[in-house]
Amino acid sequence: MELTATTTIRKPAAEVYAFWLRLENLPMFMAHLEEVRSTGDRTSHWKASAPFGSAIEWDAEVIEEVPDELVAWRSSADADVPNTGRVRLVPAPDGVSTEVHVLLSYDIPGGDLGKAVAEYFGEEPHQQLDDDLRRLKQVMEIGEVMRSEGAPWGKRARKEFPQRPAQPLPPDELAQEART
Amino acid sequence: MKATTWAGRNKVEVRDVPDPSILNSRDAIVRITSTAICGSDLHLLDGYVPTMQDGDVMGHEFMGEVVEVGPGVEAGRLRVGDRVVVPFPIACGVCAACAAELYSCCENSNPNAGVAEKMFGHPTAGIFGYSHLTGGFAGGQAEYARVPFADFGPLKVDGDLSDEQVLFLSDILPTGYMGAQMCDIRPTDVVAVWGAGPVGQLAMDSARLLGAAQVIAIDREPYRLRMAEDAGHTTVDFSEVDIRSALLELTGGRGPDKCIDAVGLEATHGSAHIHVYDRIKQAVRAETDRPHALRQAILACRNGGVVSVIGVYTGLVDKFPAGAWMNRSLTLRTGQCHVQRYMKPLLKRIERRELDPTRIITHTLPLDEAPHGYNIFKRKRDNCEKIVLKP
Repeated sequence: MELTATTTIRKPAAEVYAFWLRLENLPMFMAHLEEVRSTGDRTSHWKASAPFGSAIEWDAEVIEEVPDELVAWRSSADADVPNTGRVRLVPAPDGVSTEVHVLLSYDIPGGDLGKAVAEYFGEEPHQQLDDDLRRLKQVMEIGEVMRSEGAPWGKRARKEFPQRPAQPLPPDELAQEART
Repeated sequence: MKATTWAGRNKVEVRDVPDPSILNSRDAIVRITSTAICGSDLHLLDGYVPTMQDGDVMGHEFMGEVVEVGPGVEAGRLRVGDRVVVPFPIACGVCAACAAELYSCCENSNPNAGVAEKMFGHPTAGIFGYSHLTGGFAGGQAEYARVPFADFGPLKVDGDLSDEQVLFLSDILPTGYMGAQMCDIRPTDVVAVWGAGPVGQLAMDSARLLGAAQVIAIDREPYRLRMAEDAGHTTVDFSEVDIRSALLELTGGRGPDKCIDAVGLEATHGSAHIHVYDRIKQAVRAETDRPHALRQAILACRNGGVVSVIGVYTGLVDKFPAGAWMNRSLTLRTGQCHVQRYMKPLLKRIERRELDPTRIITHTLPLDEAPHGYNIFKRKRDNCEKIVLKP
């Protein structure tokens, strides 16, 4: 399965590139990622939430790097769900913004795991990536993920529709939110 | 705290809800001193704006005193104790839309942008108390409200102006003004305004301020027409005369040079069978909006004129007169108001007494009586034009 999405961020390419190159930043805005940490110069360990409550983990390595223009990575050979990703940055015509073009590719296996992954992405798998990029834009432009009373969970927003009512959160919900 | 909440179609309730808290670093909490019921709140009440949920706090016209600021708010911009009017569109001030002063199209303020995008093609900004489509933000018909981007949107005002003089800077005064401004008014222009509700009245005053030769108010409620007449505008009662003929008569057969639709999606038509046609299509969801005012404005407008739309539309309309629009060189301009663009200049105009938005206030009620307020505003009882609520 291939997913593409694009957004325009009002920041220079160098800044967007530097942000993306720190893979630890990715879980801030990518809904399915719980953690990404560097394990070497070009290698990293990824952990994603899975629909059946457990997590999928894999190692990845950067396979292509052009400063301020492109970064691409792929999972190691033993990954349960082999995947590759590629981010291409293009200066926008306005002279101040950067177009971010993302391509994610998943080799969805057969069996229960494959079914679970397909179910996780749902009927509109690209919607999740669109929402991820919207949050990337928020993080880069306003410094954080935008929250409202109806959607206070930041990157979990899409999964929570219909939402909680648009009224202030009671203290226990706020405390729970602070923990997640 | 007490807050006015949506409790299903045609039902609002004042309920006890938790006090608001800071959710983003540039938030502030405002203790509300005055808030108002807007005509567009009636679209929510009547169930024409999708994605409302039971318990949603209503209200997007409010002002008050800052009681708490988030860690991202610079003290030079806003402090606890400041008196502020809050603009209804939530706008970050840094995205490309905000840089172009298109604040109601802010690209970062709507957490539910994906939903809005499905409905509109591209997403729009967050709005206080105005459905989950515009973000799911709690509104301001309450004792307190959380205000995002508090260092950018809210307008600080001095104490020598009353709440009533500045409250409408939150929405209806800038909205009416933008309606007139989009008309590019010239001194020879006759401007016709469909709808003599609060926004229509302020659009009329703005059109005159911007130099229109004559301003015509179109409505059918005698008290609203009288209010327009008292303010010096010409009036047409569409329940008594054919609008097009009346407008031709008033303009020597030319038609108004500029037309403003201050009605929107719940219009009433003078001709019963056309109204029934649209009402039925709306009821079975084959059409979301009843665009009578928009149709009439396009058909009535002079060749080469401007039709400026500030009445709210949410979805699809039927029988849009594209032929009249195209063949007669009309310009259609519209938008949810970019309030932040107009607050400071309009505050100056209020200070200079060039505009007096208080003239439309007919009722001041305690917050507890919000359901009664919604009822008389919706049914146009008790000569209700504009209600200010005091929490």
